[in-house]
Amino acid sequence: MLDAVDLEAEKPRGPRLRGLLTLAALASGPAGAEIRFNFPEPVTPIARETLAIHNEFMLIITVLFVAVFAIMIYSMIRHRKSVGHEPVKFSGPRGAAQWFWALVPFAILLFIDFVLMGIPAVKAIVEMEDTKTRADMVLKVTGMQWKWQYEYPDSGIRFVSTMSTPRDQITNAEAKGEHYLLEVDNPVVLPVNKKVRILLTSTDVIHTWWVPQFGVKRDAIPGFLRETWVKIEKPGTYRGQCAELCGKDHGFMPVVVHAVPEPEYLAWVEQQKAAAQAAASGADRAWSRDELMAAGQDVYSKQCVACHQPNGQGLPPAFPPLAGSKVVGTPLLAPDGRAVKDSHVDRVLNGKPGTAMMAYRNTLSDVELAAVITYERNSFGNTLGDMIQPAQIKALRQEAKQ
Amino acid sequence: MSIATTVHGEHPAEHYPGGLLRWLTTTNHKDIGTMYLLFSLVMFFVGGLMILLVRAELFQPGLQLMKPEFFNQLIGVHALVMIFAALMPAATGFANWMIPLMIGAPDMALPRLNNWGFWLLPPAATLLTLPFVLALFGVGDGAIATGWTFYAPLSVQGGLGVDFAILAVHILGISSIMGSINIIVTIFNMRAPGMTMMKLPLFAWGWLITAFLLIATLPVLAGAVTMLLTDRHFGTHFFDAAGGGDPILFQHLFWFFGHPEVYILLLPVWGLMPHVLATFSRKPTYGYTAQVYGFIAIGLLSVIVWAHHFFTVGMPVPALIYFMFSTMAISVPLAVLFFCWIATMWKGSMTFETPMLFAVGFIVLFGIAGLTGLVLADVAADAQYHHSYFVVAHFHYALFAGGIMGVMTGVYYWLPKWTGHMYSERLGKLHFWLTVVSFNLTFIPQFFLGLAGMPRRIPDYALQFAEFNAISTVGAFILGISQLLFAWNIWSCVRGGPKAEARAWEGAEGLEWELSSPPPHHSWETQPVVK
Repeated sequence: MLDAVDLEAEKPRGPRLRGLLTLAALASGPAGAEIRFNFPEPVTPIARETLAIHNEFMLIITVLFVAVFAIMIYSMIRHRKSVGHEPVKFSGPRGAAQWFWALVPFAILLFIDFVLMGIPAVKAIVEMEDTKTRADMVLKVTGMQWKWQYEYPDSGIRFVSTMSTPRDQITNAEAKGEHYLLEVDNPVVLPVNKKVRILLTSTDVIHTWWVPQFGVKRDAIPGFLRETWVKIEKPGTYRGQCAELCGKDHGFMPVVVHAVPEPEYLAWVEQQKAAAQAAASGADRAWSRDELMAAGQDVYSKQCVACHQPNGQGLPPAFPPLAGSKVVGTPLLAPDGRAVKDSHVDRVLNGKPGTAMMAYRNTLSDVELAAVITYERNSFGNTLGDMIQPAQIKALRQEAKQ
Repeated sequence: MSIATTVHGEHPAEHYPGGLLRWLTTTNHKDIGTMYLLFSLVMFFVGGLMILLVRAELFQPGLQLMKPEFFNQLIGVHALVMIFAALMPAATGFANWMIPLMIGAPDMALPRLNNWGFWLLPPAATLLTLPFVLALFGVGDGAIATGWTFYAPLSVQGGLGVDFAILAVHILGISSIMGSINIIVTIFNMRAPGMTMMKLPLFAWGWLITAFLLIATLPVLAGAVTMLLTDRHFGTHFFDAAGGGDPILFQHLFWFFGHPEVYILLLPVWGLMPHVLATFSRKPTYGYTAQVYGFIAIGLLSVIVWAHHFFTVGMPVPALIYFMFSTMAISVPLAVLFFCWIATMWKGSMTFETPMLFAVGFIVLFGIAGLTGLVLADVAADAQYHHSYFVVAHFHYALFAGGIMGVMTGVYYWLPKWTGHMYSERLGKLHFWLTVVSFNLTFIPQFFLGLAGMPRRIPDYALQFAEFNAISTVGAFILGISQLLFAWNIWSCVRGGPKAEARAWEGAEGLEWELSSPPPHHSWETQPVVK
């Protein structure tokens, strides 16, 4: 690990070394990206600084390691019984000269700790934690088992981002794609060269939002807001993952960020706003059952399938089945049109505290909620035969607000 | 202080029942030490088997062998087993066997407590692993799946495995605290006449600091997991923001225990190193006083640095800087130890029997743990290292190369004293080289994986991590299989082998080498006088 300082390693040595490693490890399997021996290419000021600090530190500890163990190895060669070395009998420094040489290493160490390493570190920390100065925009990130929700408070855009790698690739039934496990349905889009203040929270357990090329890793903690910032300097697609163990699909919770020039970003914002408007107006019209079922299947396969499984059987006891479920079997609404506590609708909208079942009221649209509820009531062998209209969900929301 | 007054040669009859009852009822420090060590060895293989399953799953991208749920159980229970059921009992086994011999005492001060301390361990280990078995019969969803750190709210959400683990930790904690009390009382009251505290063998000093750390920090862990238990079942909200609690409080409490725990595992090993190095260098220990103060300084510093384990939760800048610099300060007393170890070897007359090989291997590899620990302390760089495989590699250099290889150093060093036989030097050396090479083969790739951005605790990974993971898995299997040599060598040594003398090693100094190998049933019936 100690030649990690060698930044250029990947260029000339990359392919050959990779071949050797592959051979040595008998790692067949699909072609991966390049092998890396150091941080990936930094694209934010923080990531550049972190890489510089890391390289400096690796150099320091390599020098320390070599110096200290060269002395030890010299001693192991020269002061052996088999070469006839007679042991001396000292057990501590004697005289001023020996004391001096015994103390010098510690003076050097203190200098390394608190000056050579300490000063750049403090500078970087202050910069890293300065989320507010001249921030151009805010992105709110909410971790939830096992997806990320992104919100743009300035423009009201809100969407959920889930992994899009097909199940068959994970179970080795199908060849793995280039961005295996690091691809999502809805990537975050951010403008380049803007300071983005990122606020993080979570709806269930602690997650950690991490994009290595940004040099940013921050926990998303339920019930609290944490913050960090990025200023992406180069357009591109950047990939990362959840870094805090958050339950069974912790390994399947990627982060994908598209960094684009500002005009492109603004166009994207307009497009998202229009799409949101279209979705909202959809709530006011009456939907046919087939429409709801089709939309519901789509929502289910993105939002619900990780726990409740494609066949609705769940993974009991942690994740209960929906097929034949008592909760799903409850009447949709009370006769007066209100929600019933612990009913199917209540559970989807408000979740179940203390479990992995999250509240979807702030994550899904009226149409999506109506669709998925209708879908669950008429799939997996459930034959309740009823349906709920997006307009009814909308009414429930307004009722809850009052 | 009651000292047996019998004259040597007039052994009182060795009254103890035979068979299993002897081991159940024994109050003899050597019997109990043996049980601790055997238990540790068994659990070392149990924990090792778990991680080999994990490494097999990680051999290639994709899910091959297990579901992610089961993967998460294996990694957490692997850590709990290795820390609480393999490393800690091994150190307690050493203490039981060696402290009375080293300080000239007939036994430990509190022999019945000692027996109970050991017999709490098997039930605790059972509790920890039982949920795996229960799940096979359809009860619960398996063992604790939160990693060994129990982080709330994931642990609040978890199944019955969490409750089992909480109870196991309570029992293990009681056992450790009783062991610690016993060691402190023994060291303070039963030293041979003339053995002042500053003549106390360094192994006993290392353990003394460990014992104080255990008593200081285990109750905090016990409190934290009890709060977790009440959050889970009795409607409290210590770690739930909706009820006025804070999930990060759990991390503060856990690591207030968890960081000292690292030194709890390592101090006994640091204590035994100077004995081994001095013996095989045929030269007195260098810097005895400096090492004692080094131990004390590390013990004190260890309880004020805990938050460096979770820099990424977001903290005020002054807190980040404080925890960074206080953590870096530990490098100073640690460097004192390294300096003294190498100075003990300097201008000696060295031979490289297996214990010495392991000691030297320990120094070099533990050096890597220390140096990478120094860079991990840096908050800015830590944002990249944290939660990544870099950390996994770092703490395995600390706890396998530092902890387990340190324990192996002690086992090979004292095995002749315990059994009265010499082990096979040829097998021992083979075991050493296989261990060192395969250990590095396993964990060097993990440093690179972490730097490239692979998070820890994931059952499947992106394709750019495939090669290093494959190498790491090959290394892990060689490492695991090599340990069978260790078990075989111990077994053969217990069964027979060349007779070991009282002073089994040419350069060995200390009271323990004055007694026969193996020592008499009641170690020091007449206390020796230390001049």
